[in-house]
Amino acid sequence: MATLAFIVADGIIYASWLLIVAVGMTLVYGVMRVLNVAHGSLYALGAYTAATMVGAWFQRGYAPLGSLALLLAAALVVGLVMGLILELGLLRFLHGRDEVVVVLATYATFLILEDVIQLIWGVEARPAPQPYSLLGTTSVGPLLLNNYDLALIALALLIGGLSWWGLTRTISGKLLLAVIFDREMAEACGINVRRVFLVTFLIGSVLGALGGASTAPMISVSRGLGVDVIVLAFAVVVVGGLGSIPGALLGATVIGLSRAAAVHLLPQAEVFAIYLIMTLVLIVRPYGLLGHERLRKV
Amino acid sequence: MPAKNGAEIVAEAINNGTLPTPYNTKGVAGRSLELVVVDESTGTAKQVTEFRALAERREVDAVVGYLVAGSCLAVAPVADELKMLTFFSTCSTPRIFEENDFKYVYRTSAHLTPDGVTAARYLLKRMPNVKTIAGLNWNMAYGQDAWRDFRMSVQALKPDVEAINEQFTTFGGGQYGAEISALLTKRPTVLHTAFAGGDFEAFVVQMTARGLHQNIQMVMTAGAGSMFRLLDKLPDGAIIEDRGPYSVFARPTPLGNWFRTTYEQRHGITPPYTAYHMGQAVLAFKIAADKASKGGAKPAPEEIGRALEQLKFDAFGTTVHMSRSRGHQAVTESAIGVYKFDKAKNAPTVVDVTYYPADCVNPPDGMKGEAWIKGGFKGARCD
Repeated sequence: MATLAFIVADGIIYASWLLIVAVGMTLVYGVMRVLNVAHGSLYALGAYTAATMVGAWFQRGYAPLGSLALLLAAALVVGLVMGLILELGLLRFLHGRDEVVVVLATYATFLILEDVIQLIWGVEARPAPQPYSLLGTTSVGPLLLNNYDLALIALALLIGGLSWWGLTRTISGKLLLAVIFDREMAEACGINVRRVFLVTFLIGSVLGALGGASTAPMISVSRGLGVDVIVLAFAVVVVGGLGSIPGALLGATVIGLSRAAAVHLLPQAEVFAIYLIMTLVLIVRPYGLLGHERLRKV
Repeated sequence: MPAKNGAEIVAEAINNGTLPTPYNTKGVAGRSLELVVVDESTGTAKQVTEFRALAERREVDAVVGYLVAGSCLAVAPVADELKMLTFFSTCSTPRIFEENDFKYVYRTSAHLTPDGVTAARYLLKRMPNVKTIAGLNWNMAYGQDAWRDFRMSVQALKPDVEAINEQFTTFGGGQYGAEISALLTKRPTVLHTAFAGGDFEAFVVQMTARGLHQNIQMVMTAGAGSMFRLLDKLPDGAIIEDRGPYSVFARPTPLGNWFRTTYEQRHGITPPYTAYHMGQAVLAFKIAADKASKGGAKPAPEEIGRALEQLKFDAFGTTVHMSRSRGHQAVTESAIGVYKFDKAKNAPTVVDVTYYPADCVNPPDGMKGEAWIKGGFKGARCD
């Protein structure tokens, strides 16, 4: 029974982290049909910026709790600045091009940004662990959980909820859904598609950076961070269905629980559990759990 | 980067003739040393391409380096094919010479097996009543070999110890919540990990926040390199190694002190083991080439190689003996201790340091580590 409780708790915590990391990527794909490989770089830049800012914050002896707000600030700064640079400097020129061309362009950007990160922060790991233990722990029966992890669950639910509410309950969201459904028709109806793209990409970029910033206190930020995370984020959006936010939530949950079950029950399977789930889902539903088959326009 | 830094410091001192005695002659076989630096972080296939480029286009006299086991396993056959003298500085896996017989390839640091044997001997000396052990390691040759050597060594020394909860994770995984929960459930007496770098630090941050270290003895065979970054986040009482007698474990010999001081002055941090490994590989090249040089002539690769075989030389804080695998594989003594953070000085320290002779923790020449451990360490000399 205790093992089951641990599996559920660990699975939900991991799923929350996956959702924070992947939701921006699936949002951008859903609206812009851009599979943004550079999302991994936004994650890494968010993590490095947060680790640097948190390090400076504690070095100056400021109030520890303020470092949590600093994580959000780091995500906003990185997401907005890099989002603007990538959208206006690259993606704007690729709208309407084949999706494969866009993937290659964002992959090239990802490689460039990996080197830029190395040039700025070097190759040494950068730990910024202070915020991780600030919130203390909670005991639930046999479970001893870190409250920072629980806060991540709340953050993931907030992001998921806001995304759903924004898309389905606001005028801007409905305009966005119109663009997702039929870009040309939306444009013909007077919707400023370019602005929708820009705003969507900025939101996606901030979410990517937020994934990195919120993870920074749990890890030691080091090179290659973006590579690892882009593979996981891709697995989540593929399992859930490319471009579907509820799908990302479901995909993250399925993957999170599967991985936790593997770690507790069959540790040897941990490494491939995620990809086994992805393969099985793709065999049964090639468009993901909540994805839809796209009709080709002729 | 630390490996590159280590190579630069030693190469520069060789060219200037400023290495401490007895290595204070200028150059390598009387010639100035020029470094051509290649990044190793680009994958195995790329390393083979880079190696060929170094040998065929840049026409270097020797290739020195490699941290990752995969790089070494890929490059070694190419080195023999091209007759390129190659000094592996780290690449931990014992398989390079246990499963192969290379003519032009040498490794100037000890492989992974002594880390596990050392940790097992030290652990059982301090905690003779260990009942259960668990492992959290990377799912790659390095992690699997490290856990296997440690587990087998503990069980060879104390057969009733049970190995429970063997976890192997992805390299660069970074999220260990579920693994920590599993360990909290199983409650082994000891947890072994050969994690290093970012993954090691992530695991420490996450497990200390949930109090895992309070009831489980930690054995961290490659953790010492992170102590200067983690400081008080690394729990006191953890048994810790640094892949050999390097960094905080290096003996205070004139050579050892020179290397550490020069590195600290130039880079502002204590050199990690990778810097020591690389430094002693460059030094081995100089010593062997100087020995092989006759009347100032440039020695052939085969002559340099032969000069290195069975050579015993003082390196930076330890003595290296090229005494295994027909003189192609080095052994050194090993070192281990217990981590303690000095709050007054705000500095990490290691206490209760023990050194084990090379012949106590390394398999004898011609014997595979796994068979040696399984056979009860026959021929080990620990006095």
